[in-house]
Amino acid sequence: MRYGHGGPPARRLVRAPGAVAGAALLIALFLLAFVGPRISGWGYADVDYSALHRPPGGGHWFGTNRIGQDVFAQCARGLQKSLLIGALAAFFATGLGAVVGVCAGYFGGWADRLLMLCVDLMLVVPAFLVLVVLAPRLRGLGWLAYAGLIAAFGWMVTARAVRAMTRSLKERQFVLVARHMGVGPGMVIRRHILPHMASFLVTDATVAVAGAVISETGLSYFGFGVQPPDVSLGTLIADSADVPTTYPWMFWFPAGLLVLLVLAFHLIGDALRGALDPAGEAAAADLAGSGA
Amino acid sequence: MSRALAKGLVNSLALLVVSTFLCYWISSVALDPRAYYEDRTPRPSAAVVNAQLTALGLDPGMPVTDRFAHWARRALHGDLGRTLDGTSVNAEFGRRVGVTARLLVAGTVVGTVLGVLAGVWAATRRGRLPDRALTLFSFAVLSVPPFVLGLLLQTGALSVNDAAGRTVIRYTGESTPGLKGGPLTQVGDSAVHLVLPTLSVALGAIAMYSRYQRGSTLDVLGSDHLRTAHAKGLTPGRALLRHGLRTSLIPLTAFFSFGFLTLFTGAVFTEKIYGWHGMGSWFVESVQKGDVNAAVAVEVFSAALVLLAGLVAELLHRALDPRVRRA
Repeated sequence: MRYGHGGPPARRLVRAPGAVAGAALLIALFLLAFVGPRISGWGYADVDYSALHRPPGGGHWFGTNRIGQDVFAQCARGLQKSLLIGALAAFFATGLGAVVGVCAGYFGGWADRLLMLCVDLMLVVPAFLVLVVLAPRLRGLGWLAYAGLIAAFGWMVTARAVRAMTRSLKERQFVLVARHMGVGPGMVIRRHILPHMASFLVTDATVAVAGAVISETGLSYFGFGVQPPDVSLGTLIADSADVPTTYPWMFWFPAGLLVLLVLAFHLIGDALRGALDPAGEAAAADLAGSGA
Repeated sequence: MSRALAKGLVNSLALLVVSTFLCYWISSVALDPRAYYEDRTPRPSAAVVNAQLTALGLDPGMPVTDRFAHWARRALHGDLGRTLDGTSVNAEFGRRVGVTARLLVAGTVVGTVLGVLAGVWAATRRGRLPDRALTLFSFAVLSVPPFVLGLLLQTGALSVNDAAGRTVIRYTGESTPGLKGGPLTQVGDSAVHLVLPTLSVALGAIAMYSRYQRGSTLDVLGSDHLRTAHAKGLTPGRALLRHGLRTSLIPLTAFFSFGFLTLFTGAVFTEKIYGWHGMGSWFVESVQKGDVNAAVAVEVFSAALVLLAGLVAELLHRALDPRVRRA
């Protein structure tokens, strides 16, 4: 196999400074979220009555809030949520987009028209506003339901891109040969079409995580997402918003971690695009992620 | 040409009607206006609450499709119903729409113009310091969620004001309450209040558009017709402006309507953070109250804006690309 500039994709990826920085950042955040609370010894709901509004240092690495809860433990809890919801939502959104796009592009005709009508319609319905309306209804299902909700309103741009790619792949010789040999549509799609857009889908899903994290924290910021006593980075920022200058640690730690988390996925997504798809034909990918 | 455009218009209207129904249906099912009345002291009886809801067209005993038909018939005559406290949705809509429009127009213009300029500039200096700086800037901005961006700018303004010892940057509300002076002072005051919210909305757009414009400019820079322009003696800058810019703007029109949706979402957060009484903050307050009629009004407004942005993008595409006009 021949490769373009910079050798095989894996080597190009390792050499890209953005990929290394993004991966390192992500690993660090992951450790902070899941291992950090075990070391620090405070739970996110624990209350230290002897330390109210205590600045960072000593027993409380990130300080404490109004009622003496450990900000580090709360940030870790919020990060866990954002990571899980973001990853799940991106997985579902890209998966749904791929299925819809491949079906529309491959089968054409009525299936295509119907599915694209759904896509057009979903793009017109104001996604974030509908999320705001629906999110409080899902409280009973637990916070993982937000992943499904965010995915349900975030797959349309992916579907359009996948449809366009499928239509051009469908005319390629290896697909034509397989079809004329009598291979069924399911097999052709699995064997010959999906592998050719795997790199796009991986990139798309990575950037979609960033978008899903922004949606989840945004919902929680307004009070429509994760509910107290549980916390999300969004609720932490909302709690601190009227006092960012008085108790700066309550704002800067959750806000900083949130920005770093989104940045990590943007960096990895961009590096993946560069490594897997040097021609840059998947420019639509980061559109999917930048919508809140 | 006009036929294709008319077809697009009909298509958009059909989409608007269906999405209006979807919005109404989702909002009616998900929102609970009953709690707004039941939380009052003394607690009204169920019959009183039901009568209130029926008067507003929110009768829970009626199927959603019937409620929608009822609502739509009045909406077609220009009456969007009443809010939970009995005031007209139309009046509130009229009060707030200008506030949001100001923010959206300022954000779109600033975001698109600066984004395109920055993108072209970065492309002509590919790989050098300005290009790298702009890439870094867009990554940073796109990684900051809109509400964090608004809060950051506010904190920054606060420290500027503290350092200066007086209020240099005003950022709360749309204007200074009780300000005395002529119309010029009033306009100047609104403009000062507009700076930070516009930045909050536009920075994301600048980051996004500059990325796309950079890419499409790079594609154009390598094209034959630009080389020809150089060969006949145009300087690189002139050649790019006269022959390259127009071609490179064409792919950008496809992102315009989607970019606008992002901008609108950003505006919802911005209004809430800066205390603007626009459509976005109205929506958030309405959902908290369970006010179906008001929430639907904002949703339909947003859907209509997105479709309008799509039509504008289509017109821009036609204006820029003669091949589409002839087809």
